[in-house]
Amino acid sequence: MIGAVNGSTTAIVLVGAVFLAAAVEMVEALTIVLAVGHTRGWRTALEGTGVAVVALAALVAVLGPALVHVPLSVLRLVVGVVLLIFGLQWLRKAVLRSAGIKAKHDEDAIYAEMTARLALTGERPPRDRVAFVVAFKGVFLEGLEIVVAVVTLGTSAHRLGLAAATAAVAVVVVAASGALVARQLSSVPENAMKMAVGVMLVSYGTFWTGEGLRVHWPGGDVMIAGLVVVYALATAVVVRLLASGAREPVGAPR
Amino acid sequence: MNPFPRDDKPLAARLLEGFGRFWWDFLVGDTPEITLSVVGIVGVTALLRDVVHANVAAYVALVALSVGTLALSAARGSRRG
Repeated sequence: MIGAVNGSTTAIVLVGAVFLAAAVEMVEALTIVLAVGHTRGWRTALEGTGVAVVALAALVAVLGPALVHVPLSVLRLVVGVVLLIFGLQWLRKAVLRSAGIKAKHDEDAIYAEMTARLALTGERPPRDRVAFVVAFKGVFLEGLEIVVAVVTLGTSAHRLGLAAATAAVAVVVVAASGALVARQLSSVPENAMKMAVGVMLVSYGTFWTGEGLRVHWPGGDVMIAGLVVVYALATAVVVRLLASGAREPVGAPR
Repeated sequence: MNPFPRDDKPLAARLLEGFGRFWWDFLVGDTPEITLSVVGIVGVTALLRDVVHANVAAYVALVALSVGTLALSAARGSRRG
């Protein structure tokens, strides 16, 4: 019974963290692909995207099985530390944006800047190298963050398949939404999603770092949910403190 | 002027450089204080768990120091604006 509760708690937090992380990164990648597609043509944008997706799939296929051979305590410690650092970075950024100290991520401004930069490159050659590289880099780099989240969270929880499937669903959902709304990605509540992902990544990171150091958590895996509550409350307090001390909100994009 | 200049280094060198830059940006980036703090947190937790044999103190320190790192790094970010 307790094992079943532990298992489902881990699965719920895992699915939530991977889905939101993949969705946020996918919004950023999609903004770049849409900018390339609208200004330089869809064929090259989709070619760059396709090659990046194949490269990322190959990375998961190589990294996933290879990580199974790493001793579990070492894997958990490394994964925990990576997630803790990554999660704290995300959470810090989301806190500063929520407190009005840092400008919110504006997909419309990024789209406008990207299309202006692409327009500067002038005439389109038959093989548009610039458009291909921009689309490839955008998808590959944002996708690499999804791969790191999937591989680290999935292997440490022994649920790589579930993590990969969740990320795939998130990517499809965001891609379908992007295709429907064309380029109005600024309506996605990215900062709230980023904050939720940050809380979950830090919670997972703390838990696996502790497991890697042979710390015995009260309640076992259920403690992950407890850590989510603790970090969510702490984040709310930090936002409130910083917002009350902030001079004036930042309005400029990025 | 092309805002996306061509890089003439060999492919292997570019891939290696890109791989290194990705991990540096991913783990350090513009918040080295977070990376250093997490290394310190791991050290303190390991010390409490394995040398002092204080399990409760180890997990309390792990969580409390992580919260402290977030607060201090965000405060540093707010001063930088």
